[in-house]
Amino acid sequence: MWGAILLGAAGCYVLKLAGLSVPQRLLDGVKVQRVANLLPVALLAALIATQTFGEGIDARAAGLAAAALALLARAPFLLVVATAAATTALLRLVT
Amino acid sequence: MKPIVRDALGIGAATGAAGLSYGALAVAAGLTVPQACALSLLMFTGASQFAFVGLVGSLPAAVGTALLLGARNGLYGLRLKPFLARRALAAQFVIDESAAMSVRPTAAETRLGFWATGLSVFAFWNLATFAGAIAGTALSDPRALGLDAAGPACFLALLAPKLREAEPRRVAALAALAALVSVPFVPAGVPVLVAAAVAALAALGGRRESRGGTAPHVAGDAGLTPSAVEAGGHRLSREGV
Repeated sequence: MWGAILLGAAGCYVLKLAGLSVPQRLLDGVKVQRVANLLPVALLAALIATQTFGEGIDARAAGLAAAALALLARAPFLLVVATAAATTALLRLVT
Repeated sequence: MKPIVRDALGIGAATGAAGLSYGALAVAAGLTVPQACALSLLMFTGASQFAFVGLVGSLPAAVGTALLLGARNGLYGLRLKPFLARRALAAQFVIDESAAMSVRPTAAETRLGFWATGLSVFAFWNLATFAGAIAGTALSDPRALGLDAAGPACFLALLAPKLREAEPRRVAALAALAALVSVPFVPAGVPVLVAAAVAALAALGGRRESRGGTAPHVAGDAGLTPSAVEAGGHRLSREGV
């Protein structure tokens, strides 16, 4: 675990430093920019899908739906997360 | 107090709220308190950390996804490069919030926005991680409190501001589908990387399709302009990570 933590941290630092170090033209390519802009979207969507529905549909799905509603109501970050957790916990309590 | 510094402290406090969730999630996922804190100190980029602790069942996927999510910090650095000295130190503070807050008319304000926000978020994020991790260890069963739903909710809060345009929505739907379809066939954590590969291919394919369009359409559609990247940062900073 410590090895993965240090490797991941070192890699993330190198990525930050790379932006401050590489010649601009290397990343000017439209394709590079396009992939870089859309990659976080894809990763986050995939994480949401697998962590909510990866083991089938359960109380987590209701938690995620509640979080989506909280986001639509422009709730702050912590309230969104708390809403999801509370909804899931309540559903488990009553079922 | 200068307005920039005041705003930087406000953003730091908001980030602290997310740090509490991260700390609690990290220990619920099986990390020790020192491990959770080490990630906040050393990795220090929220989305990567949430992904890492969400995928610890498969360490290569955890590291790989954290790095893919951290790649955008490199893009922020490209714009910040002309303004920052002591790059080896400054690099650690290149994150969504500091990049968004350093979009300023003058070089001096750009530097102040960057450093005030970077240091403020660093302080709040690490203190909150520690508090969240300590609180998390006091829980006997994270599932009873619905903490396993808190992770996806964090990701959704990070993702939501990016979904205002049609193309990110398409990519998000495709990635989610690709990940779920691959779940039965590959080891834990790998579906996320499959989704990333599918989305990258789709993004490149979309570029080919859009070649026939007008130039303003291409730029607007892909959100490629520096101002779009910065606006994305602003929107993200409102969400707190």
